Amino acid sequence: MGGVGLEAYLIVGAILFVCGVVCMATKRNAIGVLMGVELVLNGANINFVAFSRFTPLGLDGQSFALFVVVLAAAEAAVALAIALNFYNNHTTIDVDRGNELHG
Amino acid sequence: MDPQTTGDLLRNLLTAAWLLPLLGFIAEIYWLRWSHRLSKSSALCAVACIGLGFLCSFSALMVWGNATGWAALSPVEHHGSSEHHGSEASHPEHAPADAAAVIAGAGHENHGEEVAHSAKSVQKAFSGTFYQLAKFGSLKLSLDWYIDSLTLVMFTMVTFIATCIHIFAIGYMKDELTEEYEDHEVHTSHGHFTRPGRFHRFFAYLSLFCFSMLGLVLAGNIFQVFIFWELVGVCSYLLIGFYIERKSASTAANKAFIMNRVGDFGFLIGLMILWTWCGTFQFADSPTSGDAGLFTMVRGNDGKLDVSEDGKEVFLRDASGHRLQQHGQDRSIGYLLLIAAGCGIFAGCIGKSAQFPLQTWLPDAMEGPTPVSALVHSATMVAAGVYLAGRFYPMFTPEVLLVIAYIGCITLFIAATIAVVATDIKRVLAYSTISQLGYMMLAIGVGGWGAGLFHLVTHAFFKSLMFLCSGSVIAGCHHVQEMPRMGGLRRKMPITAYTMLVGVIAISGLAIPVLNIGLSGFYSKDAIVASALAYSNLNPVHSLLFFTPLVTAGITAFYMFRLWFLTFAGEPRDQHVYDHCHESPRVMTTPLIVLAVLAGACAWGWLMFDGDGNPGLLSPVAVDAEVAGEQPAESASWWKWLSNGGKEGPLCGGEAGPLFRLLADSAVVSADEPYTSLGPAKITIPSHHQIHEVHPQAGVMALIAAFAGSILAYVMYGVRGIRAEDIRRQFPGVHEFLVDKWRFDVLYDAMFVRPVHVVSAWCTGFDKHVLDVVLHTSAKVVQSVAQWDRKFDEGMVDGLVNLVGNVTRSVGMSLRVVQTGRLRQYVMWVAVGVVVLFAVLITATPR
Repeated sequence: MGGVGLEAYLIVGAILFVCGVVCMATKRNAIGVLMGVELVLNGANINFVAFSRFTPLGLDGQSFALFVVVLAAAEAAVALAIALNFYNNHTTIDVDRGNELHG
Repeated sequence: MDPQTTGDLLRNLLTAAWLLPLLGFIAEIYWLRWSHRLSKSSALCAVACIGLGFLCSFSALMVWGNATGWAALSPVEHHGSSEHHGSEASHPEHAPADAAAVIAGAGHENHGEEVAHSAKSVQKAFSGTFYQLAKFGSLKLSLDWYIDSLTLVMFTMVTFIATCIHIFAIGYMKDELTEEYEDHEVHTSHGHFTRPGRFHRFFAYLSLFCFSMLGLVLAGNIFQVFIFWELVGVCSYLLIGFYIERKSASTAANKAFIMNRVGDFGFLIGLMILWTWCGTFQFADSPTSGDAGLFTMVRGNDGKLDVSEDGKEVFLRDASGHRLQQHGQDRSIGYLLLIAAGCGIFAGCIGKSAQFPLQTWLPDAMEGPTPVSALVHSATMVAAGVYLAGRFYPMFTPEVLLVIAYIGCITLFIAATIAVVATDIKRVLAYSTISQLGYMMLAIGVGGWGAGLFHLVTHAFFKSLMFLCSGSVIAGCHHVQEMPRMGGLRRKMPITAYTMLVGVIAISGLAIPVLNIGLSGFYSKDAIVASALAYSNLNPVHSLLFFTPLVTAGITAFYMFRLWFLTFAGEPRDQHVYDHCHESPRVMTTPLIVLAVLAGACAWGWLMFDGDGNPGLLSPVAVDAEVAGEQPAESASWWKWLSNGGKEGPLCGGEAGPLFRLLADSAVVSADEPYTSLGPAKITIPSHHQIHEVHPQAGVMALIAAFAGSILAYVMYGVRGIRAEDIRRQFPGVHEFLVDKWRFDVLYDAMFVRPVHVVSAWCTGFDKHVLDVVLHTSAKVVQSVAQWDRKFDEGMVDGLVNLVGNVTRSVGMSLRVVQTGRLRQYVMWVAVGVVVLFAVLITATPR
């Protein structure tokens, strides 16, 4: 079977990962940062699924991917609650404003 | 009544009399808990306790007399009159013992049998055990009781005199009934010293004193005597030092206590010897187990020492009179050891009774309040020494008795001479006490056992009387004690003066031959001098033992009348003292009058028997008419009366009187025959009979001496025919020597006090210059080592710890800047970290 190979998937995953990291590093909006996190997680998910398809890893990679999806959902729920609280305290969701824990 | 019931009754009565003062003491010492300082109630409590004690003792005496049928008092003794000393009269114990047998032994047929047997049918001494304290091997320590006529007479005398003194003290000590007692003899920087009054405490101590003395008299073993002996010492210490803030009082208390310890050292040695060789402390045979007591062991049932032929051993005997066996051999104690034991016990008596050479504490003991002096000098403390010497008489060999006699002889002379020059009224009395105690010891030493104890009792009455009189004078004159500042006081205080005169006549041993009246001291001193004369007749080497007391009888009369004339007669020498003095209140004079009556009459026989030997007013038994009929009726002749030692006549007293008979009844050692020592010194102790033979001679001589002394005193101080100052000027050396109390204090100062000071100075020097130097050097070494150690600690150990801390801190500080708190930066770090990890993984993992 020709066509799309493992490398293509890995490239897509890598691009998604880098996009997510750049998003996290550049967005000052907390929601944007969360979105970056989702990108990173799903970049990793693509890798899992790709490896499960093209290597003898089998269903393990896919089940990992499912777990990551569930985990991402839970993380998003927690993070959105933090964001709401952050807004209540600072009337903004600019993450640069939340630097009270600096050394 | 059978002996068992009598014994129990006597024990119960005397125990009550003994423990009541203890109860009083406990109540009085806590008196402030339920009363206040200004209340006289504590004194009333003390008087009630001792007064009830007197009632108990007196009823015990009556019980004892009824039980023995008053055998001791039957007036059948007339071996003193020269025509009667046949074979019968040579046994003085015989007749009373027979009479006793008649009364007690209704169903017995031992009437005519020998003395020893019939004497047994009436029990004279009762003994038993209260409580066994401890038992170590064969050593038993227990609280025992021993009751004979001596115990009973002592109990009655002590409680009676103590009651009088307690009542007197209520008046004398009333100054103490205050919240702020000002002591005029203690000076502080703010004037006189003031303290709360100590009325209740005084009476508490008095009660404890009586309790200790009664316990001593009741004691049934020598160890128990020792316990109460020490208690008496403690009480005297507390009372002599009653005004403890005065330096002189606290020193005197210490002196009394330490001097007594010196004597007690000997006492302890005697105790150890007796226990080692006899194995028991009991006086009497045990009524339950039948083990022999000390008296039976040494004296057997016949009152004689069982000495081995070579005179080196004394065999010990059991209760039935046989020799004790041990490992198949007769048990014995070395003769010299018995002497040592006797001398040891007597050393205790020397300390307690202020005999030479330990006599110096007694005059200093005058620092206590006067009622205390009266108590110490008559009924307690000093009486304890003589009592013990009398009680322990069976244990003394003739050699020990010789020591006792000489000690007494020296003491009585030294003290009498000092009393002649003393000017403090209480000190004169103190020295006269020492002198009279010497008489008692002398009497015991020369075999006049009854005479010595007789004098103890009569002396107790007139000495307590005189001390209370002097207390009355001192209180009346506002604490002036110097006789040169008194004079003429009889007009101001007649009761005190004339009661004192009774005491003075009694102690001087004066009698009025024409009226056939003699006061108590006449009889007792007569008996002593007679014993001494009989002794010196038998042992001519020791005739000093007769002449000294004879001469001293004159000196005694002299200094006692000197005291009376200086104080009460003549013109006032210090108008200020005279103007302010006053007669004492009734509470103080009543005891004086009571004691004066007894000081005069206690040796008389009229209470029991009238002059012809018929039962007198208070006679408890009807005396056999036949016996009474034998009594000669020639009392009209005063010479006869005198030459019989005052035994006949309207006031039939002295050795025929009830007091002497009662005392002599308790003798363990019989004096029926002269006893010659088999030990190292060949001494003969005179028999009763031999003493009676010389009684007339001795009595006349003693009376002449006493009259000479009193007339001399009258001439010198009464009419001032001879001026005392002239004599003093002629013999300045002698006077000064006597004023310095024979320099005994100086001598002891040089012999003991100074050497102790020198040795302690050496010890101080050694301490300061050797021990302290060593200590200081080692301290300095330790200090410098510690300083080095400190530097090491501060430099090395602390430096290391601080370094670690500083590094940690600086690292933390430098890492602080990394923690920016900026989220995006952290994300960058995570990303970069992941990339780096990835790169490391790629490069480091082998392909």
